[in-house]
Amino acid sequence: MSDGRSQADGNPAPAHGAGAGVAASRRRLWAESAGIAISSGGFGLVYGLAARNAGFSPVEAVAMSVFVFAGASQFAAVGLVTGGLAWPAIAFVTAVLNARHLLYSAALSPWLRAVPRRRRAMMAYVLTDESFALAIAHFQRLGYADERGYWIGAVASTYVPWNVMTVVGAVLGGQIADPNRLGLDVVFPAAMAGLAVGLISGRRELLAALSGAVLAVMVGLALGTAAGVVVGGLLGPAAGLALVPGPGAAVPAGGELRDQLLADAEEAALPPDEAGLP
Amino acid sequence: MSVTLVALAVLMGAVTYPSRAVPLLTPGIERLPPGIRLYLRLVGPAVLAALAAANAMVGSEAGHPVFHVGIEWLAVAASVVLVAWRRNLFAGLLLGVVLTALARATGLA
Repeated sequence: MSDGRSQADGNPAPAHGAGAGVAASRRRLWAESAGIAISSGGFGLVYGLAARNAGFSPVEAVAMSVFVFAGASQFAAVGLVTGGLAWPAIAFVTAVLNARHLLYSAALSPWLRAVPRRRRAMMAYVLTDESFALAIAHFQRLGYADERGYWIGAVASTYVPWNVMTVVGAVLGGQIADPNRLGLDVVFPAAMAGLAVGLISGRRELLAALSGAVLAVMVGLALGTAAGVVVGGLLGPAAGLALVPGPGAAVPAGGELRDQLLADAEEAALPPDEAGLP
Repeated sequence: MSVTLVALAVLMGAVTYPSRAVPLLTPGIERLPPGIRLYLRLVGPAVLAALAAANAMVGSEAGHPVFHVGIEWLAVAASVVLVAWRRNLFAGLLLGVVLTALARATGLA
């Protein structure tokens, strides 16, 4: 694997002084990655426990972490499978929930343009909130893309600890006779609510979340929880979209501006000390 | 040991990958319309809040959904307050679990 240096504008990387810069930035990246790894491992453990508590076998719980590798949608799948939602509907909710990765991928695209396409395809597989946050900070410190730094952030800090601790949680979960007595049934709704809080950065997000919750309960009481979640999750944003933006809250016009997209993506990404889920 | 859900995991991975890969593999496609960008930003909190509320407030009796009131409400609310205050999800989860376990152990719930 090469260093994959490339500047966001596609020009050649600087020839002088880059060695010391990349070493220092990678040291900082490793330090940040260590914190993320602990948090990610902790949530991988919680996910494994929740999945087992919902009746997933260890193989099924781990398969989710290996193939999906997206914490919020994995937790969501636990609830949706338990609620009896059909697989195509679960896939649809997953796609919508993970569509935020478009923003991260788009923001990284200009930095990684010089990386061979096959490796970019592999990099995409491990793109998460955390790997984006770590990579974009590392690239911005350097002023160019460092492919090895991307892998450090994506694999060492998140993919490996998330999967290893999912295994541990899935195995341990089977040993606990009565998980509800220990309060483990609360992990799922608390994790969902906590993750929602992390994504609320303004009135629109707050209104979308509250609308989604109210709709989910109302429809859930009539048609079942799975239907409630789908309706609340997909129609809740309509309330946020309908909200008249306040001063300074206007949506940028025209589908332009990679800078704005980057700002959106950075805003959506949890800073390292708040992160934990892929 | 059941492996039925492995296929679902593969399916979920298959529908997730395009959002991760398409802009990286297709330069120029990152220019999404602002309305779609905004909707994508709002879907996350809406879906997650919907999951939390439905799980904590809708129970089941004899196969029918019923409105549920219980310690889970307090646990989730306390967890949310802590997460919003300290920006620490793990601490929030821990608080929710401990509150619930204590309430059940002492017969309060």
